[in-house]
Amino acid sequence: MAKDDVKYTREHEWIKLEGNRARVGVTDYAAEQMGDVVFVELPGAGETVGKGDSVCVIESVKAVSDVYAPVSGRISEVNNSLLDSPELINSDPYGEGWLLVIELEDEGELEGLMDASGYEKFIAEEGH
Amino acid sequence: MPASGYRYLPNTQQDRAEMLAEIGISSVDELLADIPVEVRLQRPLELPAALSEPSLLARARQLADRNTNLDQYLSFLGAGIYEHFPPSVIQHLISRSEFYTAYTPYQAEISQGTLRAIFEYQTMISELTGLPVANASMYDAATAVAEAMIMAIGATRRSKVLVSKSVHPAYRRVLATYAWARGVQVGEVEISRSKGVTCLSCLDLAIDDQCAAVIIQTPNFFGCVEEAKEAFELAHRHGALAVAVVDPVSLAVLAAPAEYGADIVVGEGQGLGLSTSYGGPLLGFLAASEKLMRRVPGRIVGQTTDREGRRGFVLTLQAREQHIRREKATSNICSNEALCALAATIYLAAMGPTGLRQVGEASLHKAHYVADRLGQIGLPLAFEAPFFKEFAVDTNFRVAEINQRLLEQKIIGGYDLGSDSPGLSGLQLFCVTEVRTKAELDRLVGALEGWL
Repeated sequence: MAKDDVKYTREHEWIKLEGNRARVGVTDYAAEQMGDVVFVELPGAGETVGKGDSVCVIESVKAVSDVYAPVSGRISEVNNSLLDSPELINSDPYGEGWLLVIELEDEGELEGLMDASGYEKFIAEEGH
Repeated sequence: MPASGYRYLPNTQQDRAEMLAEIGISSVDELLADIPVEVRLQRPLELPAALSEPSLLARARQLADRNTNLDQYLSFLGAGIYEHFPPSVIQHLISRSEFYTAYTPYQAEISQGTLRAIFEYQTMISELTGLPVANASMYDAATAVAEAMIMAIGATRRSKVLVSKSVHPAYRRVLATYAWARGVQVGEVEISRSKGVTCLSCLDLAIDDQCAAVIIQTPNFFGCVEEAKEAFELAHRHGALAVAVVDPVSLAVLAAPAEYGADIVVGEGQGLGLSTSYGGPLLGFLAASEKLMRRVPGRIVGQTTDREGRRGFVLTLQAREQHIRREKATSNICSNEALCALAATIYLAAMGPTGLRQVGEASLHKAHYVADRLGQIGLPLAFEAPFFKEFAVDTNFRVAEINQRLLEQKIIGGYDLGSDSPGLSGLQLFCVTEVRTKAELDRLVGALEGWL
């Protein structure tokens, strides 16, 4: 189920704004589609990324998926607990399974993100 | 084409006519109609007339006789390719039809025997290098060095590597090509001219926190054992990975690279039971720490149990590979040198740890014997560092003359180090392995004694 307090991208990531910090993870739907996550490759904290850059790699028993930066900015935190417990992405995608925090540079980049109902509609339209 | 067709071509005239009729054209030329006339050859190829089979064989033999071989010549040439003895069992076993393919089968898990052999190979490479993960093999040492660089670039997210000038020049050229294509900067670190090993203070000056890897070969291209531990400590201090390029035979007598801090170990496996054929085929090997497991290129075979609890083998960690990750794969290598790896596996199994140690020790002692004798007749060692089975001597700029003299006596002399680095001209690299007898070693010295 999609959550209300976050925004969604068309690449099935969620963003939660905490001031100018954007916490990023993958959606419940994405986690379910990937299946059991076995490995996560995280970027280094302190790196600067542009919107659309590949920032993480998530490997599941079924596939390997890239996670793209939904906004530009400096990565201020990464969730290192995923290195030992990648399954958190499946068990708690909106909570303990968060991936990283980006310090937002341009709030304008948030335009076009979907809210929960928009995202649910998007999934339905994607034909899944 | 004669009406009956050529004996060894599967298509008869009739086959061709039927195929052309099937697609509704009357000649093969019509198939090529899209190619402009100007660029098409309007005459037959200039080839000599056909020969009968016996004449053809005689001609081929005549051409082959213009080559020479190591049965007729005594060789002291190494520099990357080594004449170690391949036990006959290798050729017999790899020639079995169950094994005789250079590739990992496409339906890999059907071929349990092949996968098991690759698994054994990986296990042996892992034991030799001391690192827990080894892949199913690479093309050769040069590409393995380049793949190690790619791993390091990915793991550190940096874009610069340092390679010692004591690494094989051919490996460095391949490294430079791969680096160029990926926009990676390669810095070459000077050697200490007196010791013949990487200049550590030069490395210290060159390295910074943008360096992804320090690549050191030991024993290096000049045969010298590097101060690899110190070099790798410097690498780690700057967050760079330590890449060791090694001769697997040397690992029977020298420390496993994991013991002196290597994160990735690569090398040339030709010395493990493969011939010294011109141009190969060669066998690259690559081993890495567990942390780098998902960055290892190429195929990896894993051991598992089937649903009835029986031991079985599977390709594993395939998410790294290009059939799944496409352009983001860790490497574009999709095959491997499975047949050569099999030969190496049989070699290592046949020799065992004791046998390999004997090969290493015999090579070491014989090389040192020749070095001493050459020193006595006016060809002193060029470098101070300890060496394994190769050593450079200072010929006082007479490398070409010496090799000419030796060739006249059916001896292939040492490699001219000046041919790759002008700064080392006059130095000649001799290689001595366990196959050389004392009489042969004395023959080399005798050919030069009194003449120099």
